[in-house]
Amino acid sequence: MKKTFIALALPAAVLALQACTMSSSASDPDKMTAEVIKSSFVDRGIAKLDRLNPDPANAACAAAEVAGQPIDANLAKSIEEANLKSVQWPSDGKFLGDWKQGEKIAQSGKGMTWKDKLDSVNGGNCYNCHQISKQEISFGTIGPSLYNYGKLRGVTDPNSAASKAIVEYTWGKIWNPRAYSACSQMPRAGHNGVLTQAQVQHIMALLLDPQSPVNQ
Amino acid sequence: MKLIRKNVVALVVLALAAGQAMAQKSASDSIAEYRAMLQDGNPAELFEMHGEELWKQKRGPKNASLEQCDLGKGAGVVKGAFVELPRFFADTGRVQDLESRLLTCMQTLQGIDTSSVSTRTFGKGETANITALATWIAAESRGQRMNLPQDHAKERVMYEVGKRLFFQRGGTHDFSCATCHSSEGKRIRLQDLPDLTKNPGDGIGFAAWPAYRVGNGQMWSMQHRINDCYRQQRFPEPKFGSDATIALGVYMGVNAKGAESIAPAIKR
Repeated sequence: MKKTFIALALPAAVLALQACTMSSSASDPDKMTAEVIKSSFVDRGIAKLDRLNPDPANAACAAAEVAGQPIDANLAKSIEEANLKSVQWPSDGKFLGDWKQGEKIAQSGKGMTWKDKLDSVNGGNCYNCHQISKQEISFGTIGPSLYNYGKLRGVTDPNSAASKAIVEYTWGKIWNPRAYSACSQMPRAGHNGVLTQAQVQHIMALLLDPQSPVNQ
Repeated sequence: MKLIRKNVVALVVLALAAGQAMAQKSASDSIAEYRAMLQDGNPAELFEMHGEELWKQKRGPKNASLEQCDLGKGAGVVKGAFVELPRFFADTGRVQDLESRLLTCMQTLQGIDTSSVSTRTFGKGETANITALATWIAAESRGQRMNLPQDHAKERVMYEVGKRLFFQRGGTHDFSCATCHSSEGKRIRLQDLPDLTKNPGDGIGFAAWPAYRVGNGQMWSMQHRINDCYRQQRFPEPKFGSDATIALGVYMGVNAKGAESIAPAIKR
């Protein structure tokens, strides 16, 4: 949990580039926004002000959105590389846990708000944005449908050599989606300590276990 | 109070009936139908009545009503004020939204101690009074179109600040307002999400709040709505009437230019 806001060590050149783009246009509103943030927010419960500490990738992606332009391609590449390097692969070598527990984690949107306790079990928020199993009709559409996720990718045995690449990609995507898409809207569930390694393993099973309802 | 309880019972019955009907139809059709049913008996009317009383009632150490409060269109002008807020006020030198402006008027005209007004007291005491006042004031502009001024430099800068806050990513989940509200036709679970980067349509988004929330039986002001968005974003808390909440109001309100206000609306 303590690793929640590890700043990614991006190359200094990238930071300099970003500082350049930030100050070139509309520097006053940027400055004023920083002042407004400082004067407007307060700690509440577990949601402390450090949650607003600048994160270089977040700032770069937001600045691009404000400008209505895609993020610089080289900057995007360096963000992705740095994030891919920081992915923690399963320490016990197991990529898949129990899909039944994964379904429960995917259903839950709980945890980490100012009303929650520090020791509460966090949910994955998955159904808020994705279709996953066919049985759950209450799903969001911000992210793509994940129904038949493993089946569509030809995963018949997640432990096989043939499945290795997609299994690893899926782990990396859940752990830290920025490893593959610099400005992904998806939370960095593993990297930011939203989900534990065991919880990620269970969600992996929900998506990739041939027995999971997702792949029926 | 009897009337309130009766209405709440009726709403619960309606909600249950709608819940059963829902199984047979597509979920979003049923939700739209359910909302239409509820619109006939919107409990927001009770808050409107209370708000109007509060506006006219002599209160506070100065034993004065709010009838001389300037909501932007001159002292005492209520009709049409809602669809032009937030805006710049020369007397405070600030851009203010409806709730923060009411706070100013309660302090200056009535001498009321508003130190208890905060996000921690939504639904209670003077904070609840501000919500009731906002509900009535919004209702007085029902059917008018959003038309926030952008003439003053501070109004324009608050729009730019609001835009930056809208896209600011943070918290444990890297969420921003834009995560949910920057493209058309998206849902979170079954809840439709308005695209607030432009006019989302009549009575949608900024043009709907204050609103009565059936799910928890509470009347929510825009301050409350934004507060709960930030909670779900896992951000720390924006203070009541803080510049961040006002700047977001300017951004959403200006983007919604031309949208018909249906506030106070009724929500699930």
